[in-house]
Amino acid sequence: MPAATDDNTYGVQPPGLDFKDSNTIPLPPPKHFQPSLRYPSSRKTIYDRNLSRPSSTTSLASFAYIFNTIITYHHAKSGSVSEIETRLNRAGYPIGIKMLDLLLYRQSGKAVRPIRLLELLQFIHGALWRGLFGRAADALEQSTSKKNEYMIVDNEPVVNTYISIPREMSQLNCAAFVAGIIEGVCDAAAFGTEGVTAHWAEGDEMWPGKTIFLLKFQEKVIERDEAIKASVG
Amino acid sequence: MVVFALLIINKAGGLVYNRTFAPGLQKLDSNDYLILAGTFHGIHAISRTISPAPRAPHPPGTRPPPTTGIETMDAGRFRLTCFQTPTGVKFLLFTSPEQPNAEAIIRRCYEMYGEMVMKNPFYSLEMPVRVEKFDRVLGGYLVRPG
Repeated sequence: MPAATDDNTYGVQPPGLDFKDSNTIPLPPPKHFQPSLRYPSSRKTIYDRNLSRPSSTTSLASFAYIFNTIITYHHAKSGSVSEIETRLNRAGYPIGIKMLDLLLYRQSGKAVRPIRLLELLQFIHGALWRGLFGRAADALEQSTSKKNEYMIVDNEPVVNTYISIPREMSQLNCAAFVAGIIEGVCDAAAFGTEGVTAHWAEGDEMWPGKTIFLLKFQEKVIERDEAIKASVG
Repeated sequence: MVVFALLIINKAGGLVYNRTFAPGLQKLDSNDYLILAGTFHGIHAISRTISPAPRAPHPPGTRPPPTTGIETMDAGRFRLTCFQTPTGVKFLLFTSPEQPNAEAIIRRCYEMYGEMVMKNPFYSLEMPVRVEKFDRVLGGYLVRPG
C-alpha cells in the first residue's frame, strides 16, 4: 500500500491535499495530560502515606455513604437479586487481591503467605477481618457434608449496619461485597475457589443480621492440601 | 408518662410513617392518619406566616430568620410536639401531657431516621418508610417492655 493512502486513513494530511476534498477526518490534537488524582489540602495523597503504618480508622458514615452509592448504582444496572450480588462480588474482588499483600507486608516479623488451607482460613477469619473491620469474625466452621466447603460467620457485618433489605428482595445480602474481598484474598493466595457467597443465617433471634460466608474451594486445592499434609506428616 | 404515637410527614404534606407505641389507644384508620397529616401540614404552614408576634430583629438588607410554626399543642389528654427538620420533614410526637423531654425524644427519633432510613440504599425519598431496622431501633427506644 502506498504511503500516501496510509497516511490518509489515519487522518494525517498528506502534502498538497486539501481536507475538503478527502473523506478523512483529522484526529484531534492529543489532549494535555490531566492527572485525575485529587489532592487534599495538606497536599498529601494516599501514595504519600507509609504503607506499613498501622491501620487507621475511617468514618463509618462516609463509608456508608459510598457503599450506599455503590449499591444504588448496581441495583439500577441489574435485573435480578443474583446479578446485584455478582456485581457487588466483582466490586470487592480487587480489594481482596490488594489486601492480602498489604496485610502480609504489615505483619510484624517475616511475612509468610498462607500455604495450608487452615492457615488461609485463619488469616481471613483473623487478620483480614481485623484489617477491614477492627475485630475478628465470629466463627469459622467446616461443612459437615462437603470437604471443600468452609463457612465464616459474622454476627453483624459492618457493611450492613445501615442497610435494610425490602421484603421483595429478602434473599439479597449486601455483604456479597465482603464475599468478593474474601474471594480476592483466596485467589491471590493461589487457593482457587468456585465462588464465595454471602447468605443470611435465618432464625437467630439475638443476631437478626447474622451472615454466613460460604467458601467453596476447588477440588484440586483440597487435593494439594492433603498431599502437603501427607508429606509433612 | 407515655409516648403514644409518632408520625412523619414529608415536605409535600404526605404521611410517610406512623406508628403507635402504647396499648389501648383509639384506633384510627389509615385514611384518618392521612387527613390528620395533611391538615396539620397546612395549619403548620399557615402558622409560620400568620402570627401576631413581632418579627425577630435582623440586620437590614437580610432575610428575616425563618419562623418555626407550631412547636407544641396541648390538649386535655395529650400533647403534640412537632419538630421540623431543615429539609422540611416534620416529626409529630403524641405524648401524655406530663411527659417531660419530648423535644429530646423527638430529636432522637430524627437521629434514628437519619441513620437507618436516609443511609439505607433501598429507601426512595418522599416515599413511605418501610425500613426494618428503623422499626427495630424505634421500637427498642419507645416501646415499653411489658
